Amino acid sequence: MSPSPSGAQLTLHEGSPSMPSLQTASASRFGRLVDVVLPKIVVAPTMVASLVCFYGFVLWTAWLSLTESRILPKYEIVGLVQYQELFSNERWWAAMKNLGVFGGLFIFFSLAVGLLLAVFLDQKIRREGALRTIYLYPMALSFIVTGTAWKWMLNPGLGLEKLMHDFGFSDFTFDWIVNPDMAIYTVVIAGVWQSSGFVMALFLAGLRGIDDAIIKAAQVDGANLPTIYRRIVIPSLRPVFFSAFMILAHIAIKSFDLVMALTNAGPGLATDLPSIFMYQHGFNRGQLGLGAASAMIMLATAAAIVVPFLYSELRSQRRG
Amino acid sequence: MADLAYHQTPAARIGRFGIYAVLALFALYYLAPLYVMVVTSLKSLEEVRNGNLLALPAAPSLEAWSTAWSSACTGVECSGIQGYFWNSIKMLVPAVALSTLIGAVNGYVLAMWRFKGSDLFFTLLMIGCFLPFQVVILPMAQMLGFLGLENGTARLVLVHTIYGLAFTTMFFRNFYVTIPDELVKAARIDGAGFLRIFFRIMLPISLPTIAVCVIWQTTQIWNDFLFGVVFSAGETQPMTVALNNLVNTSTGVKHYNVEMAAAIIAALPTLCVYAFGGKYFIRGLTAGAVKG
Repeated sequence: MSPSPSGAQLTLHEGSPSMPSLQTASASRFGRLVDVVLPKIVVAPTMVASLVCFYGFVLWTAWLSLTESRILPKYEIVGLVQYQELFSNERWWAAMKNLGVFGGLFIFFSLAVGLLLAVFLDQKIRREGALRTIYLYPMALSFIVTGTAWKWMLNPGLGLEKLMHDFGFSDFTFDWIVNPDMAIYTVVIAGVWQSSGFVMALFLAGLRGIDDAIIKAAQVDGANLPTIYRRIVIPSLRPVFFSAFMILAHIAIKSFDLVMALTNAGPGLATDLPSIFMYQHGFNRGQLGLGAASAMIMLATAAAIVVPFLYSELRSQRRG
Repeated sequence: MADLAYHQTPAARIGRFGIYAVLALFALYYLAPLYVMVVTSLKSLEEVRNGNLLALPAAPSLEAWSTAWSSACTGVECSGIQGYFWNSIKMLVPAVALSTLIGAVNGYVLAMWRFKGSDLFFTLLMIGCFLPFQVVILPMAQMLGFLGLENGTARLVLVHTIYGLAFTTMFFRNFYVTIPDELVKAARIDGAGFLRIFFRIMLPISLPTIAVCVIWQTTQIWNDFLFGVVFSAGETQPMTVALNNLVNTSTGVKHYNVEMAAAIIAALPTLCVYAFGGKYFIRGLTAGAVKG
């Protein structure tokens, strides 16, 4: 056998039959000991890293949020002052409201577009592979690239608006990206562009998992296709809805780069989000404590969505 | 299958046409930004100003590309994005290699060498996937300071490796649990130990999972912005941060053609990964989704 990277102790195992049995026994006992200890040793670094860098850091952030830390961290706990400040901060509430508007519309339209495309693609479409490739490629891009591209296209002076003027629609105006009341919707447009193809892929995988026999039986019973989809197929995609919803909600809550590139939180602070609030207070404005408090609220928001989901999943698993 | 009904009546035929029309319209919606980026990047600034989004360049030129690569301003610096592109490569290669290798070993242990507490460990790791990173970046910045790790690229390799482990471990663990235990038992009876089984039996059969994992990590790490902007500064910043600087901090005349060229350069690596490994890319996405 060629030398393996597994080291010397393992070559002991390859005792030829002529080797004295005692030696083989002690060698394999040694080998067995190695096999008990080694698995624990190799996962130990990950275990330590994840305990410290996931759970330890969450506690650390929680601690910071209870202190008066500004530019430098202080570790003397003073209570909930940062949360009081956060909750009386108008910018924070505006950011949370933006997250609600963006998150709600982003999730709704991504699910709707994704489901529509998946159902249509599942009708024995020619060139399905090519279409799938087109729908899904935005998911391979950075949100910064997506933001840059859409920022240019939505530019009122030279982008879509000018294009429509050139086509002869001289009254056409599309200035959402510079309009404080509408800018948040441009984030939705770009976000849905990037993520809906992914939702399509999830739904399509779900549709392919449904037994054709059920649909055929319903057809024999005289049900038409829209009814079959409404009553049988789409309800059976429930688990896919759940995981798509979770992923989209997660993307929405931590959404940061798309807004940075597309609108830079503007015009003014019209497209500010909690993630941007957290970044600016924690890293640029020397408000560590307030940044930590806002991060904890973001975590709580994520947990508020994830925990009920996990709970219902686990319950249905136990039932099933 | 379900579409049999469509071929029966003229109305159904119209419906079928409608389906194709909707699918084609959406294809245009997804392709439009890419098309606009490419044609804009091939135009001169004057043509960008006088023409419209969809017009083809009258005299295609790569000038905007060379400006973006070597002389565009990203903040105060005006030496293009090339340095940042290489920063991203230097960060990407070790971070992907490390997180994939460690993930493979972890997955192997969690699937085939379970010990007391190993399932709990896996659960804890999976819950970690749900954390919004905003909740760990402040302490991470402190810790990197304590460690005295000054180099931005090294910091990003460390951070991306650590926070990639949950996913890489999951990919491999979920693959290895599908391998029959008998394989390991037989190998052990033949005298093979922990490491030999891993390197000689498990790794060779894991090539598809390795592809899924490498592609997943490559797109995650290359496209990351938050870690890049928080943990690196100045000349060690990755590509995404430089692109954002180029687009958002430029004052005076906006060079849209240069911005689009820079954006395409930033997108090219992951687009190539998608073009050549699309199957594995999708598998990674859906595996992540099934997990939740």
